[in-house]
Amino acid sequence: MSAHNDHSQDHSHDHSGHDNHHDHDHDHAHPHAPIESADDPQRYEYVLETAIRELLIEKGVLTAAAIHRQIDLQDSRTPAVGAKVVARAWTDPAFKARLIADPLDTIVDEFKLEISTPLKLVVLENTPTVHNVVVCTLCSCYPRMLLGIPPAWYKSIDYRSRVVVEPRKVLAEFGTVLSPEVEVRVSDSTADLRYLVLPNRPAGTEAMNEEQLAALVTRDAMIGTALV
Amino acid sequence: MNTSSDAKIALLADGTPVRVKQLPPEIHCRTPHYLRGVPGQVDALAGRFRDPSLLAFNKPGLPMRYLYRVRFKQKDIWPDYAGSPADTLVADIFEHWLDVLKEPAHERA
Repeated sequence: MSAHNDHSQDHSHDHSGHDNHHDHDHDHAHPHAPIESADDPQRYEYVLETAIRELLIEKGVLTAAAIHRQIDLQDSRTPAVGAKVVARAWTDPAFKARLIADPLDTIVDEFKLEISTPLKLVVLENTPTVHNVVVCTLCSCYPRMLLGIPPAWYKSIDYRSRVVVEPRKVLAEFGTVLSPEVEVRVSDSTADLRYLVLPNRPAGTEAMNEEQLAALVTRDAMIGTALV
Repeated sequence: MNTSSDAKIALLADGTPVRVKQLPPEIHCRTPHYLRGVPGQVDALAGRFRDPSLLAFNKPGLPMRYLYRVRFKQKDIWPDYAGSPADTLVADIFEHWLDVLKEPAHERA
């Protein structure tokens, strides 16, 4: 499978009132050959976006500056934000307790994040006996405020359909092989929650500081397809 | 919120055995087909949210509905599940998609 095929298709979105009829998952007939380049200015979505954006600006609903600001905000969100949260949870037990009890408020307080859409965030803590992995089978729900734009594989039909049926096999394809004694717990974000996996802190990192630890935490570890 | 209609809703405690309703397809209900008819148990109450099946039709989605994190055994979802018997799946299911079971489908591990 191509679950690790992590390029292009950086647009897409979370659902906020519609189902899985978006992204590249649609299978209705196209009168044209599939357009591979995400940057093709003739592409239907690009033409549609340009037309709507220009109309909204012309009618005074939005300003170009407001749109650019939103793009900057989106671009400022990367897995590095989530990695800082994980590293602090590893080093500060009081923070970890608050993080698990009240994830979003704790993160917003502590890291002064700007959240445009208030969402219910859930932190799934891995333990020596439970490994969490996250998927959105119905669309592409993802904790963007902490991890940025989801990778293409996360939105693929392949990952979304297989990880709920054969999670261990999919994890193994990511190089994550777990003992049968460890419970693999798949969380399907079917509705209004967003999930962040809090990975296990690796052994031998006792001497590391928060910044060094954050550098170890990968996006995939916070989705649950990898270990740290 | 209309508290009088809310009062009729009995909150499900953590660990309550439930089964996802086997209802006809709806356009947008956020209850995946692969979990319909599957027994599980309430892991935790997630909160109250607007009803997606009403939001889909540009309605306000009210009254708000309770949303539960429901945990399933993989073996109960997929009888041929080849992973460990310990493996589970958690999904977010709205209250109106859950039937409460009298007896737990399985002893809690």
